[in-house]
Amino acid sequence: MSIVRRLGLTFGLPIILLAAWWFASANSTDFFFPPLSEILTALKDEWFGPRLLADVVPSVLRLLAGYAVAVVVAVTLGVVIGTSRTVRATLEPVLEFFRAIPPPVLVPIFLLLFGIGDGMKIIVIAFGCMWPILLNTVEGVRAVDSVLSDTARTYRITGTARLRTLVLPAASPQIYAGLRQGLSVAIILMVISELFAASNGLGFAVVQAQRSFAIAETWAGMLMLGLLGFLLAMLFKLVENRQLAWYHGLRRAQRSS
Amino acid sequence: MTGSPAVMAPADGPVAGAAPGPRPRRRRGVPQSLLGLAGLAALVVLVEILPRIGVLPREYFPPSSEIGRALADLVQTSEFWTSVGDTLQGWALGLAIASVAGVVLGILIGGSRFTREFTASTIEFLRPIPSVALIPIAVLLFGTDIESKLLLVVYASFWQVLIQVLYGVQDIDPVAQDTARAYGLGRWARVRYLTWPTALPYVMTGLRLAAAVALILAVTAELVIGNPGLGKLLATAQSSGAYATTYAIVVVTGILGVLVNLAFRAVERWSLSWHPSQRGELVV
Repeated sequence: MSIVRRLGLTFGLPIILLAAWWFASANSTDFFFPPLSEILTALKDEWFGPRLLADVVPSVLRLLAGYAVAVVVAVTLGVVIGTSRTVRATLEPVLEFFRAIPPPVLVPIFLLLFGIGDGMKIIVIAFGCMWPILLNTVEGVRAVDSVLSDTARTYRITGTARLRTLVLPAASPQIYAGLRQGLSVAIILMVISELFAASNGLGFAVVQAQRSFAIAETWAGMLMLGLLGFLLAMLFKLVENRQLAWYHGLRRAQRSS
Repeated sequence: MTGSPAVMAPADGPVAGAAPGPRPRRRRGVPQSLLGLAGLAALVVLVEILPRIGVLPREYFPPSSEIGRALADLVQTSEFWTSVGDTLQGWALGLAIASVAGVVLGILIGGSRFTREFTASTIEFLRPIPSVALIPIAVLLFGTDIESKLLLVVYASFWQVLIQVLYGVQDIDPVAQDTARAYGLGRWARVRYLTWPTALPYVMTGLRLAAAVALILAVTAELVIGNPGLGKLLATAQSSGAYATTYAIVVVTGILGVLVNLAFRAVERWSLSWHPSQRGELVV
């Protein structure tokens, strides 16, 4: 595929859509739909200006902290639970129940338990995005190929070596599926946790703008959230593609055969 | 879980786990369902004890007996059932809109290579945008009317369906495709007899994921925006200091979530009963 064609395919529709938005809103006097040019100005002046350090960075740091805690806890627990059939059968209904609770309803409760500080927000994020990671890890560990598992046992590969060379790699495609779901939950919780009690943060600032009817700024904040979600998803994909290169290659080979 | 079709390989937990293959019969202990019940019971007991002995702050974390009593009181109020109805209404409507839109657009876009490649970058950009980002504009435009809830629910669940349908449509067997062409099947007939059955397992996965996401967003919208429903009931209970009731509502949302999941798994099995992935549990 020629480069021109490729560029056209990638940027064609986004450019058309942006242009349509730009021109359709150019002379808009509708209070709720300000011209795109104003929104972009607000994005540049506010969100990439003073708010970047004051609001965006704290939000992202809390997000990363909560996510990191969730990953460590969930993968560790997931390996332990997934290895034993009895533990799995005992805990599965409990875990399914916790996963089914819409994570945002935990915010009012955690507010009571942990106050309104950064700690509460990090705990909310960690607690909420832990379940998809945990359940996928359990599932991945459970489904380790039995021949590989028996072979490892025959060669007396146990403990850390077994974990590092067999269990974790074998479960990693599933674990990554969970990590991806967890990340989107984490972003949602980052925003929601700031809607209730916060003095800074992306979610807080957007709602503040909305309440004071700073419409262009509200739209700009939404764009910022969108950009953040997009960037994190890209970053995640990059890591996943590196880590799971062997798996994607394997699947391609299996498919074409 | 979007994406890799590997995730949707058959095996639903218990069935495959207990595969009665040619393995030597192991000594059977307690049946799995009993163990699960024991796990749930242990959770209830734990929640009863921990606040009482002071590990958890009693004031903000009532023991399970109090939560249970609050729940028993709650289900006798008409307000509660109206709220459940409101939540389910937003959920069902939003899910229906998102599913129809996702399936139709997915089949249209996935139908040709050009449209697929032309829209790929836009979809990749729009999909990860968290739907809670839409809250401010939903509030500005619709206030607490049901539309603001629907906007969030539809946006969040639409992508789940669309992405799965796009994967499904690409999975069509080229030989079957050529055969259908050779026999002169029209465009509509090809969609009906080739695309749809191929994509159905993916559609079902998408629907199940979307149903869970839709419930989360419906409750979230009620909680944050204040549309009538369980989320609002919870916010009211929390701010008026009725903590046991707050926990009881959380339990209810969890139960709803489990029920939705179970229902969609059942629908999935029923609508795919003809599909190889559901027919046998023979592990090769």
